[in-house]
Amino acid sequence: MHEFEKHPDLPPPTSQMGVVGWLRKNLFSSIPNSIMTVIALYLLYLTIPAMVEWALINADWVGSSREACSSDGACWVFIYARINQFLYGFYPVEEQWRVNLGAAIFVVSLLLLVIRGVPGKAWIGGFTLLIFPVIAFFLFSGGIFGLEKISTSNWGGLMLTLILSTVGIVAALPFGILLALGRRSDMPIVRALCVSYIELWRGVPLITVLFMASVMLPLFLPSGVNFDKLLRALVGIALFQSAYVAEVVRGGLQAIAKGQSEAAASLGLNYRKTMALIVLPQALKVVIPGLVVTFIELFKDTTLVSIISLFDLLGIVQSALTDPSWLGFAIEGYVFAGLLYWVFCFGMSRYSMHLERRFETGHKGS
Amino acid sequence: MSSDTSAHSQSQGIAPSKPPFWRNPRVHALFYQVVLLIGVFVFFGYIFHNTVVNLENQGITTGFGFLDQEAGFGIIQSLIAYTPASTYARTFAVGLLNTVLVSVVGIFLATIVGLIVGLARLSKNWLISRLAAVYIETFRNIPLLLQILFWYFAVLQALPSPRQSFSLGEVAFLNIRGIYLPEPVFESGFGVVFAAIALAVVIVAALAKWAHRRRMQTGQSFHTVWTSLAVLIALPGLAFAVMGAPLGWSLPSLQGFNFTGGITVIPELAALVIALTIYTASSIAEIVRSGILSVSHGQTEAASSLGLSTGKITRLVVLPQAMRVVIPPLTSQYLNLMKNSSLATAIGYPDLVNVFAGTTLNQTGQAVVIIAMTMSVYLTISLLISFFMNWYNRRSAFVEQ
Repeated sequence: MHEFEKHPDLPPPTSQMGVVGWLRKNLFSSIPNSIMTVIALYLLYLTIPAMVEWALINADWVGSSREACSSDGACWVFIYARINQFLYGFYPVEEQWRVNLGAAIFVVSLLLLVIRGVPGKAWIGGFTLLIFPVIAFFLFSGGIFGLEKISTSNWGGLMLTLILSTVGIVAALPFGILLALGRRSDMPIVRALCVSYIELWRGVPLITVLFMASVMLPLFLPSGVNFDKLLRALVGIALFQSAYVAEVVRGGLQAIAKGQSEAAASLGLNYRKTMALIVLPQALKVVIPGLVVTFIELFKDTTLVSIISLFDLLGIVQSALTDPSWLGFAIEGYVFAGLLYWVFCFGMSRYSMHLERRFETGHKGS
Repeated sequence: MSSDTSAHSQSQGIAPSKPPFWRNPRVHALFYQVVLLIGVFVFFGYIFHNTVVNLENQGITTGFGFLDQEAGFGIIQSLIAYTPASTYARTFAVGLLNTVLVSVVGIFLATIVGLIVGLARLSKNWLISRLAAVYIETFRNIPLLLQILFWYFAVLQALPSPRQSFSLGEVAFLNIRGIYLPEPVFESGFGVVFAAIALAVVIVAALAKWAHRRRMQTGQSFHTVWTSLAVLIALPGLAFAVMGAPLGWSLPSLQGFNFTGGITVIPELAALVIALTIYTASSIAEIVRSGILSVSHGQTEAASSLGLSTGKITRLVVLPQAMRVVIPPLTSQYLNLMKNSSLATAIGYPDLVNVFAGTTLNQTGQAVVIIAMTMSVYLTISLLISFFMNWYNRRSAFVEQ
């Protein structure tokens, strides 16, 4: 009898594996695909080298005046000369350590909140949301503890952008939660009021809200009461943002199974306890990614305050572009500001996606 | 369930003890609502009182009377006749129409770009899908206002003067004053072509209805798309040829320091439309992608096992199901675009916020009326579109068994 001997497996054809296989599968799988690949490669060839040359190779990096920008590349000297203003606005240089200290406390508490396994998150969260804003306010504006008083009209740049967006969301959060609860309430008048509030603010553009805050708010208050332009803008942003927060929180409330509140009711908990101890803790966890997305939108929307002449990051870049001694560097200015915004927004959106995956417990709603 | 328990307690003969009225939830609810309502009235009354007092102190009589006064300022782009001698009511109309113009053009272009990028993101071609991803992540994460300013100040304001314009085959020109395009001039007899177009549309609508009914009754399909296309092209084309091509073009031409003739797209409008399109398209692309991915693969497989062609699978099975997921977020993107068009004021495009809540407010000081009117315009459009979309949604909702 003949013994059949098993041949060793042949390797797959070279066209199916390695670099060639990958190229064939992903770039040249059919004729239309190949044509698209070639066109895309050609467009990339036209744009990428030119951009790299402009931004890096031909760019001017050192110097202190526009004479340093002699080449035809980007003039990063302009950014370098203005960087302090872009970050702190017109905040006096010798007092900027106060802003840095505030930012450092904020970053540390955020890191402690974000890193898993750090104990006492509730306390840290409470500190960041309630105590830190007070500390930051006195630290930045001064006037007590021997700190020099610095008017809010000197605040600007990235600092102002961050203040507007964080204060906006922190102020909007509690109000937004109340509105969301009100919208799902059984009481018809409460529901009607909450729905009208939410739909009103969501139906109008933020810029009209800011106009309203800066023009009409002084009219609404008793004559003689006058407050700061920054505070007026913050009131407008918080009113506007609370409607968006409310809608996000409502989504979370809807995702919590009705059995949860029924079980709480059968244990004899009243409405307040059911919400505070059972429903909201679960709902708020579900909506954290959504809130981060809302925050990103707000972060981008804070640029609008430059229209009511507050100098946030974009506002201060825009005003620097009109400086007669630095005319003609608009692209550099916008690219710098755009890059900063992009880093913040992209980072946060990635973080929100990460949270969404982590919170995916597989029993959403029912 | 509830009837069970009540029956049970009744059979035991124990009536549940009635709570005292101050612990009755319905009394609670009534109490809270009355308190809230009083609070709201007091709040608004207080604000109203303050406003009246403040306006009196400033010597402003509030009301709609100012709308009949002469505006006295010029507007760089107007779809209706407007001169500085027109009334403030007219500035309102001009601003509103300019807002509508930018919104409609923006929505149209953003939908097309968004659809293309969204499909590219799903492409099997690695390079194309990466490029689409880069597009989406770049433009979605940069504030819209920055993009508008970039296009206006860094790109369009850096264009050459009219004498050194870029030209496209000597019919279209691009310079710092705007984009100059040829304008169609309808000569006598073009009315017949318009009539032919209208007739073609009616025929196509009837054809689609008939084809749908036939398919429902007999299962036979009909090449509606190709037949419609043929009707739409042939009928107006025939009319056009018969009437002796009654269409001329007014070409822009350089006269002295500026162009005359043709259509001028002012750079403010161009920058706004470009930025709104690019920004909104990045969101629409994501919506399109998630919509198509939401249709389960089993649907495609089932359709192809029934012998449908790829085109028919997309048109009859995937798209109708994807649309249900796509429509609600798409609507909110359209509304966002409409609201975002108010950023026009940053570059001086004469939209509603710029000419009415800006210039008119500064000239008249009628803050309350003007801001209220501006907000109600946006609110009305938003509510109208969401009502329409809710209606559409209910109509196209999946009928679950």
